[in-house]
Amino acid sequence: MTELENINPNVYKKCEDRKLTKEDEDEDVVDPFDEREIFDLIRNINDPEHPLTLEELHVLEQSLITVDNEKNIVHILFTPTIPHCSMATLIGLSIRVKLLRALPPRFKVSVEINPGTHASEHAVNKQLTDKERVAAALENTHLMEVINQCIGTPLK
Amino acid sequence: MEKVNLLQTLTGHVGRVWSASWHPSGNMFASCGEDKTIRVWTKTDSNRWIAQTVLTDGHSRTIRDVAWSYCGHYLASASFDTTVAVWDKKSGEFECNATLEGHDNEVKSVTWSRSGNLLATCSRDKSVWIWEIHNAPDQEDEYECVAVLNGHTQDVKKVCWHPQEDLLASASYDNSIRMYRQDTVDNEWEMLEPMESHSSTVWSISFDATGKRLASCSEDKTVKIWQQYGPDNTLGIPCPEKGSVWKCVCTLAGFHSRSVYDIDWCKQTGLLATACGDDLIRIFKEAADSDPNEPTFELVVTIEAHSQDANKVAWHPVTPGVLLTASDDGEIKIWQFQDED
Repeated sequence: MTELENINPNVYKKCEDRKLTKEDEDEDVVDPFDEREIFDLIRNINDPEHPLTLEELHVLEQSLITVDNEKNIVHILFTPTIPHCSMATLIGLSIRVKLLRALPPRFKVSVEINPGTHASEHAVNKQLTDKERVAAALENTHLMEVINQCIGTPLK
Repeated sequence: MEKVNLLQTLTGHVGRVWSASWHPSGNMFASCGEDKTIRVWTKTDSNRWIAQTVLTDGHSRTIRDVAWSYCGHYLASASFDTTVAVWDKKSGEFECNATLEGHDNEVKSVTWSRSGNLLATCSRDKSVWIWEIHNAPDQEDEYECVAVLNGHTQDVKKVCWHPQEDLLASASYDNSIRMYRQDTVDNEWEMLEPMESHSSTVWSISFDATGKRLASCSEDKTVKIWQQYGPDNTLGIPCPEKGSVWKCVCTLAGFHSRSVYDIDWCKQTGLLATACGDDLIRIFKEAADSDPNEPTFELVVTIEAHSQDANKVAWHPVTPGVLLTASDDGEIKIWQFQDED
């Protein structure tokens, strides 16, 4: 990596872990996907530049996730740390890949930039929506290495 | 009364099935997908489709599209590995006897002209290539690139030849459709005016039987019908010096809830079928009192066809109402549509 684009990003506190209830332990209770569960799947994705998670940089927030378990829809809005972030597509792709692997295939996942927070919002959204281009990207070994690093366990 | 019956569900591909193509005889079809294989399906005596042949060694990445030539002797496959393979059965078995190289990036679509001596390919590298096929008895077929057309400003998703003439259409991520024909004076391939109306990626296009109309489908969730107007048209629509102009005469909006990935206009029945990201297949029919300059299409049936995105629809070339669909769920399905009228 050459120079960091955003040298001093704002760092936010992580949220508390989800509290387990009795029902969570009961295998017989139907447990639909909700916003918190989706958030937990992606909050620890690493930023490509900083040794920080997307949650800590407020790239991801639970309030910007919508889930319709019945209709199989998961919609994520993410907020790049700066409006000219060249990593926006890579970050969006990492979120897509993580959910692609973690969720059952019935879900239609859309990942978009939080409106008004990026200069090339429309172009980035179009790329992330195009499943053919996403499929081609996932066959790129170099790119997948980078994405897998982002998705992997948080850096110490 | 059921309008659509499922005839057969075909499994075998691992992962997403991207495309499929009927052999012109209708006795065979080929399918392809992310598992890098081509499956050639034939009908058994008991009317069941089985994968007679699996071609595994042609491509190193996803196979995005397959197409049979009109003579039925050649099968072309387009791959993300930037190449197009042409297969034939001259030796008795399917063999890849030509690999067309030149695109800088993933090849998205391949199509044969009606005359059979032209092949077109398109790619993420924004270009459309036209290849001429030279074949002589007892000699190897040769493919010569005769045109590289750089009209689009983005990824080109689909190429489709006119059903009778050597007129080529292409659809792109730049939201436009373009057409190409050979100049009669210098034989150079030239581009017609871009056809602009969609507000997002145009995923697929299909001509009707006459070739005077074209249907397109898009990421913008609409289907559009385009009509060709020649210099002598009665509406007084201005045409360029040589040739005709294509106008969008109808937009089917509000029917699809997600991206429309494919469209096929049946050459026998005139029915339009679409494959959508909401897993559904829809069939449209032109209204009986439809004005050719402002046509009306009605949704006649919606099929809950697949458990994931539908990627491909293809009407059977011989038997009216038989429809093939393919999906991200890895399945290919064959349907029989029965018109109530």
